[in-house]
Amino acid sequence: MTVTETTGHTGTDGADDLISVRGLVKHFPIRRGLLQRQVAAVQAVDGIDFSVKRGETLALVGESGCGKSTTGRLLTRLEEPTAGTITFDGHDITHLAEGAMRPLRRDIQIIFQDPYSSLNPRHTVGKIVGAPYRLQGVNPPGGVRKAVQDVLELVGLNPEHYNRYPHEFSGGQRQRIGIARTLTLKPKMIVLDEPVSALDVSIQAQVVNLLEDLQEELGLTYVFIAHDLSVVRHVSDRVAVMYLGKIVEIAHREGLYSTPMHPYTTALMSAVPVPDTTRRANRERIRLQGDVPSPINPPPACRFHTRCWKAQDVCKTQEPPLVALRPGHEVACHFPENAPEPTTAG
Amino acid sequence: MTLTDHQPSTPAPTRGTFLQVRDLTVHFPTDDGVVKSVDGLTFGIDRGKTLGIVGESGSGKSVTSMSVMGLHKRGTATISGQILLDGTDLVTASPDAVRRMRGKRMAMIFQDPLSAMHPYYTVGNQIIEAYQIHNDVSTKKARAHAIDMLDRVGIPEPNRRVDAYPHQYSGGMRQRAMIAMALSCDPDLLIADEPTTALDVTVQAQILDLIRDLQKEFNSAVIIITHDLGVVAELADDILVMYAGRSVEYGSAEHIFNEPEHPYTWGLLGSMPRFDRARTERLLPIKGTPPSLINVPSGCPFHPRCRFEENTHGLAREQRPELRDTGDGHLVACHMSPEQRRQIWRDEIQPLL
Repeated sequence: MTVTETTGHTGTDGADDLISVRGLVKHFPIRRGLLQRQVAAVQAVDGIDFSVKRGETLALVGESGCGKSTTGRLLTRLEEPTAGTITFDGHDITHLAEGAMRPLRRDIQIIFQDPYSSLNPRHTVGKIVGAPYRLQGVNPPGGVRKAVQDVLELVGLNPEHYNRYPHEFSGGQRQRIGIARTLTLKPKMIVLDEPVSALDVSIQAQVVNLLEDLQEELGLTYVFIAHDLSVVRHVSDRVAVMYLGKIVEIAHREGLYSTPMHPYTTALMSAVPVPDTTRRANRERIRLQGDVPSPINPPPACRFHTRCWKAQDVCKTQEPPLVALRPGHEVACHFPENAPEPTTAG
Repeated sequence: MTLTDHQPSTPAPTRGTFLQVRDLTVHFPTDDGVVKSVDGLTFGIDRGKTLGIVGESGSGKSVTSMSVMGLHKRGTATISGQILLDGTDLVTASPDAVRRMRGKRMAMIFQDPLSAMHPYYTVGNQIIEAYQIHNDVSTKKARAHAIDMLDRVGIPEPNRRVDAYPHQYSGGMRQRAMIAMALSCDPDLLIADEPTTALDVTVQAQILDLIRDLQKEFNSAVIIITHDLGVVAELADDILVMYAGRSVEYGSAEHIFNEPEHPYTWGLLGSMPRFDRARTERLLPIKGTPPSLINVPSGCPFHPRCRFEENTHGLAREQRPELRDTGDGHLVACHMSPEQRRQIWRDEIQPLL
């Protein structure tokens, strides 16, 4: 299967893809006993395909245990896949050795969720943001200090705070330090793992605006991992909805939010509380029963069938494939919502 | 500013008589100075109604709820003002009296159930303990009651789950178990402190529905504390917006969402990406960062971040604005005139949202 068939990209031939993932799997073994034999595995990511074009923002959305954070770590090779392939800028990085991977780390960066634990408390801001130069053996023109101060200014921090420690900054400022650190080596792609979830609403807005400005200014590609559907709608071009290690729906932002097709997506959207009192009375909410099943023992066939109000026998026996029901809009469901007529099976 | 300066002018709560908080002040003396976590707060709530307290980190909302429950460690906090629960002043009451009321007349649900529940005792035991402290019943009866409560909050197989430990529950189940524990003694007041922040959105929806249903059943007064305006819109009848330990706006949910009159409230509404509206190009953040509670800005604490500070001609920098009625029980603490505020809302803020 070529890229165009599976992803339904209209008019692109895959050459525009900066990163591409096929059949990606990550299982974390659970070991027991004296001999530490593997008795089970956390099937965190269980066979996903997607691509991200240059300059685009792809959002990975889902709840706890869906595998989005693990996917982010796989993209940056902080974890090694159990199966599948990752192709970045033409290179197959799936099982690259650390030495071969290192130069590519200048191009793929990651911002973490927690601005408090992602910065070394014993290093000054200057040292933290300047570390990539040191680690990659790069000496920028004008020196490291000047380059670091430039990038601090770029993210809206005062360059004179070069010698301060992380604890002297607020949460939002620390997240900016984390962002500055990723920008030093002019990366091509940044994986953002819940970059604003830990921040207050008004600070979130500042950081979101900053990320958007930087993307435009520097031509960055983002993989934006989040659970907040409102923020995702604001920042993303395309959205992939994940559930228990699988992608259940992937579409352009407008398409996903106006006509979600997977029942899980509609349930997610219906669950988002909106700050509008008039909606309270006429809100038709889809109430999902129970909690998300464990990724150690995911349900067979369609993983969502245990909570799906539309589930039928076929859902319990046959896993629905991810197919494009509209151009650029793929769903994995036997009985999708809002599906264009006629609905042929699968 | 001292307490006496604003005591006479603060109105008694315009809504709610079951719980009345009047001029509550909670200060924490520390080595770096006095942290003024709550600095003159007044509100009220009735049984069967829900009050939403909205604010960001450092606004004083959690400290307020802990003060109502009497959970501050003795000697750490200086509390003054009045907290009247059905007539009894909790500030001046003895710790024993407050302890007797805790659980029975007022109960709290915390943000993180894993750290709020005891890890060594089964969920059932924790509910039984709470129930037996306030009711003279046998353990057998208490256990039956615990199973009944777990069933009511939607935990499957409650007769088996009652003997499980908190860590054996999933996040959503744990929060339900905590709600069961809080409601086991049929309290008149339920305080939910960020009850769904740690939960997935579909589970959050279930918990919010549950709180709403149980409130109807028990006719409790509910205070929900959160930074999420969406959650508050779902549940609250009245909303109190807090900033730097003070109330800046207080009114019904319709007032706050349809006719807000405080620049901070406008800022909060503008900061949020709206799921239910057309996508805006840029979010409208509030410039600056929340203030230090040791060095609260003079005058109006919001003035350094307020886009309309000049409209007050320097008054915002010097004088603390009082909560004033702007119509129909909607209170706002701002130096701008109501006409000016309404005009700004209509012409400048609302169109952009």
